[in-house]
Amino acid sequence: MSRPEDSLAADVHYDDTEARKYTTSSRIQNIQASMTRRALELLDLKAPSLILDIGCGSGLSGEILSAVDPADGGPHTWIGMDVSPSMLDIALQRDVEGDLMLADIGQGVPFRAGSFDAAISISAIQWLCSAESSETSPTGRLNRFFNGLYASLRRGGRAVCQFYPKNDTQRNMITQAAVKAGFGAGLLEDDPGTKNVKLYLVLTVGNNDNEGGNTDITGVVSGMDNVDVLDARKRLKANNTQIKKGSKAWIVKKKEQMERKGKIVKATSKYTGRKRRIQF
Amino acid sequence: MKVLSLNFLTCAVKACKSSSDSYPLHPQDAELVQDEIELNPDMLINVLPRLDWTALRTTSSELGFPALPEQAPTAEELQADEKMIRDLHHLLLETQISEGKLVCANCGHQYAVKEGIANFLLPSHLV
Ligand SMILES: C[S@@+](CC[C@H](N)C(=O)[O-])C[C@H]1O[C@@H](n2cnc3c(N)ncnc32)[C@H](O)[C@@H]1O
Repeated sequence: MSRPEDSLAADVHYDDTEARKYTTSSRIQNIQASMTRRALELLDLKAPSLILDIGCGSGLSGEILSAVDPADGGPHTWIGMDVSPSMLDIALQRDVEGDLMLADIGQGVPFRAGSFDAAISISAIQWLCSAESSETSPTGRLNRFFNGLYASLRRGGRAVCQFYPKNDTQRNMITQAAVKAGFGAGLLEDDPGTKNVKLYLVLTVGNNDNEGGNTDITGVVSGMDNVDVLDARKRLKANNTQIKKGSKAWIVKKKEQMERKGKIVKATSKYTGRKRRIQF
Repeated sequence: MKVLSLNFLTCAVKACKSSSDSYPLHPQDAELVQDEIELNPDMLINVLPRLDWTALRTTSSELGFPALPEQAPTAEELQADEKMIRDLHHLLLETQISEGKLVCANCGHQYAVKEGIANFLLPSHLV
């Protein structure tokens, strides 16, 4: 099967015709709904929450969030980001309850620190692996996305991203970018080895102020089969010892940490970490 | 664009990350519509501590709403005050900017709003 992700930009692929075809297919409606329910299960929200829907499209995932029964801790309020005007247009016509914005998640997540209780993304983030121009690389776009997402979630918040990687390289590229941004991360596979295999990236934001901000993901996914816990702590520690305190690399790293916590940080420039000449 | 979202959104321009003037974005030439949305008091009480009350006061006066109290209510006060819950629900969730723009006070970038959808796509040199 050919993948549109490989050849087209998302907003080009999801034009008016494709957006309508996608949204009216009852097969797709059912699959998106059941994956969203699975993501909700993994988020484990106890009370009506504010959720970011990343790549919300025409609202097939979002409307499940609006429909959660009070007995199950709902209904939730959501804000959706999508890069395809045609998909958003259908969301408008379907009168979804979420608030919609036209935005490219590869450019970042423009919310202030700690805005959301949780985030979901259903069948969208693999699109970040194909950069559509010479000015942007997939890694750059993934980093901007995960750094922004990390900051926009409240401490103790979670994100669940179901995605369709093309191969192991893409799968690793995505999970590594999430871990680098500071998330505790686990990968959950439903129906592994079948053609219906579904992959969920489960992300947690640390409560503690430890460097690196990793919380233990093991609790979230313990007892579940087919879960890979991705542990970045060892690697982070090893890195730390190599960076000299006070060096430019050290300062840049500190700044990244502060930025992830939502602090306001001066942009890094060629002057960063330079010795200033004493002025008389 | 709902007022609730506006209370969490910042300017997306890279150079604005280090400026406190880039929040909140200021509505300009805004046309408002009112939707009817089911009241969800628990959601409001949940987000209350995360609202930036000062920014909300600014936004609400810029949109021509009567002045909000200077201090945010506590969760207990809000819970006990049915009218305050309704007013806050109306402002945050039922009020939509349907047309107009959102302007950053730091860099001047204008985010167009059409049919209630704000356009946050940036030219690549601003990312
Ligand atoms: C398969 S659809 C899923 C939509 C919705 N989540 C659902 O479950 O029906 C994937 C969506 O991701 C969006 N998307 C792809 N790349 C994106 C990007 N860089 N920024 C925002 N949205 C993006 C597409 O426009 C499309 O609407």
